[in-house]
Amino acid sequence: MDFGSINPILLLASLMVAATPILLAAIGELVVERAGVLNLGVEGMMIVGSVLGFVAAIGTGNAWVGFGVAAVAGAGLALMFGILTQYLLTNQVASGLALTLFGLGLAALLGQGYLGTKAPSFPDLHIPVLGDIPVIGPIVFQHDPMVYIGLAIVAGVWWFLNKTRGGLVLRAVGENHEAAHALGYHVIRTRLLAIMFGGACAGLGGAYLSIVRVPTYAEGLTAGAGWIALAIVVFASWKPGRLLIGAYLFGGVTVLQLNLQAAGVAIPVEYLSMSPYIATILVLVIMSAGSAPGSLGKTFHASR
Amino acid sequence: MTPAATDRALMELNGLTKAYPGVVANSDVSFNLKAGEVHALLGENGAGKSTLVKTIYGLVKPDSGTMTLDGAPFAPAEPRAARAAGIAMVFQHFSLFEALDVAENVALGMENPPPLRDLAQRIKEVSETYGLPLDPSRIVGDLSAGERQRVEIIRCLLQYPKVLIMDEPTSVLTPQEVDILFDTLRKLRDEGTAILYISHKLEEIRALCDDATVLRLGKVVGTCDPRDTSARAMAEMMVGGTLHVPERDSAAAGDVLMKINGLSVSSPTEFGSALKDITLDIRGGVVLGIGGVAGNGQDELLGALSGEIRAPKGQIFHGADDIGHLPPDARRGLGICAAPEERMGHAAAPDMSLTENAALTGRKRKALTKNGFLNWRKTRDFAEEIIERFDVRTPGAGNAARSLSGGNLQKFVIGREILQDPQILIVNQPTWGVDASAAAAIRQALLDLAAKGAAVIVISQDLDELMEISDEFAALNEGRLTKPRPARGLTVDEIGLMLGGAHDMEVAHVG
Repeated sequence: MDFGSINPILLLASLMVAATPILLAAIGELVVERAGVLNLGVEGMMIVGSVLGFVAAIGTGNAWVGFGVAAVAGAGLALMFGILTQYLLTNQVASGLALTLFGLGLAALLGQGYLGTKAPSFPDLHIPVLGDIPVIGPIVFQHDPMVYIGLAIVAGVWWFLNKTRGGLVLRAVGENHEAAHALGYHVIRTRLLAIMFGGACAGLGGAYLSIVRVPTYAEGLTAGAGWIALAIVVFASWKPGRLLIGAYLFGGVTVLQLNLQAAGVAIPVEYLSMSPYIATILVLVIMSAGSAPGSLGKTFHASR
Repeated sequence: MTPAATDRALMELNGLTKAYPGVVANSDVSFNLKAGEVHALLGENGAGKSTLVKTIYGLVKPDSGTMTLDGAPFAPAEPRAARAAGIAMVFQHFSLFEALDVAENVALGMENPPPLRDLAQRIKEVSETYGLPLDPSRIVGDLSAGERQRVEIIRCLLQYPKVLIMDEPTSVLTPQEVDILFDTLRKLRDEGTAILYISHKLEEIRALCDDATVLRLGKVVGTCDPRDTSARAMAEMMVGGTLHVPERDSAAAGDVLMKINGLSVSSPTEFGSALKDITLDIRGGVVLGIGGVAGNGQDELLGALSGEIRAPKGQIFHGADDIGHLPPDARRGLGICAAPEERMGHAAAPDMSLTENAALTGRKRKALTKNGFLNWRKTRDFAEEIIERFDVRTPGAGNAARSLSGGNLQKFVIGREILQDPQILIVNQPTWGVDASAAAAIRQALLDLAAKGAAVIVISQDLDELMEISDEFAALNEGRLTKPRPARGLTVDEIGLMLGGAHDMEVAHVG
């Protein structure tokens, strides 16, 4: 056992990277659920994003193109879910599960020729001045741009939901869709936009896994990250701030347990692998206080 | 006489027609709405009132016909357009968002809301001007029904509407809240606002409205001046025939069927009232009316009698047996049936068919199951019997409870219990939101049941109703029940004293 091999600065620095894919997927799903839609297809949208983003990044040699394609792919899959649930009034749980299964299969097919390929480089930013601060600099200010984009999206979602008219309408639609309809708001349009935003975020999260975090393509790359994102949304009581804490906590414990494994701690690997899930759920359960959006998961039809 | 009223029509409706598959909701409806008047829209459930106001509010597009507002053509494509033109509406089922605060709810009903901080200030100002106190930062889910309605009204007032539509505004209000509402509406009328007022409570319409248009089966069948038309005459215009007034043969009081002895239970809900030391003999053949302002333990009393709330030992007896611990199903077996106030979700499962709903409470007494299997044919026959005997208007027993209008579902719920031939029937707000002729039919059915020797307990906030059908009257106040007194000959003052102390009600001021 050698704790000396664990560098706390490096550990904290990799925490932000480890948390980003889940953070991205979760913030998207948070918006979807605040609009009253339960999309269980996060895992499927993530993995399709990871494959298509990876393929596009390899093809063009530009990681940014990869992220763009992944976001579009995620939004496209989400739109499919949206049309099924909002216009054809299918059950949201069943459609979401189908989307996940469909995504997993599609990703396996599309990724055939890319197994083991290495992603083009996506260099870290070295933010001037801030990045030079000792300790804090390497932990917080020397990451790749997507880490900061993820944080910006969380901040943006918080601002949108709490400070703008559009956010108020979105929350109203999620809270009581019949009342929102009676007041003349477009329930289905609002929900479709939210669903597509959620899909784009999930796609970005998936691409971050394949392009930055791993960064090669392997089958089943997401390994349940989409489900963790869904759980974090619920345990964070649908609040962006708590969601950030939950995602970072999960990322932190993940990195820590990997380091502990490498250090050869005398705890069975299985327990270490479980620890991020248990820690995240425990902390968020203790914190959770909010209630779900009133119309979450309910089918809306204007005639009722 | 209203000083602000002029002869100029603010809004004209010309030949509005709207048909849905299988039913014409509005047929050639025309009338004028003047500035500075309160105009009543009368009609039974399903007469087309809701469709008409939704047309004005832009939620429904008419098949033909035109509207004008201030002399200009008016055809709102959506509620936003209607709001922008000066139409505001307070909905029957509140269009509020429980998880949001008052200011956010108000903002959602406005076209161009100011920033939330300014809005909070304006809400305070308007609520003080019109005597409707309201804290903008409170979460709507924590407010009472009356306060929720204030939110809706203030949302409308902040837009300075030319036309204010109110759909059944008083059905959830306590008497003193009704008084406050009427003061507000009169003030608005005097300021020149036209108010279109829908209600089943004809006495309220006589007290408030200046003009009335009566709809029947989607057509305008008449107009009247409610100030000098009797409630009975208006009801007959709505029904299109003579109104049947419940009547009964006064039966002698029978044996004590159920004895309540110092019943004290706490409320299962956070804001409910606990029942305190209630003692009561429930006799066969007697209709016992229980009055009181909502929230004084009505739901708890029904729950304790029906078995939804278990009582401690020695407080509820059926004959010589202590039944306080028995759940509703076991009590139904003994002949104790109940119909709670909330129809959707409490008395009936909204998404289940009427047949299934009939099985839910009728299973035991109508012997609808055998060896754990439901006899569907028998159940359907039972549901169809309820539909036929109680004139429930629905295409068939296979329809979901949700598809019925409130009054029709209420007839079904009451009918379901009465046809089980109960020994004791407890109902809460049996005619809430039910039109005049259906209400009369329900009351008659309750009286008929009592005439056959059953004990009937009617919990209601409608004193007129209680006086019409009760043999004995008692009042519920903060969880305590007064001693029942014979209803015949009770004066308003005496009733006021019984209800007395109940939240400084007007009637309680007896010299």
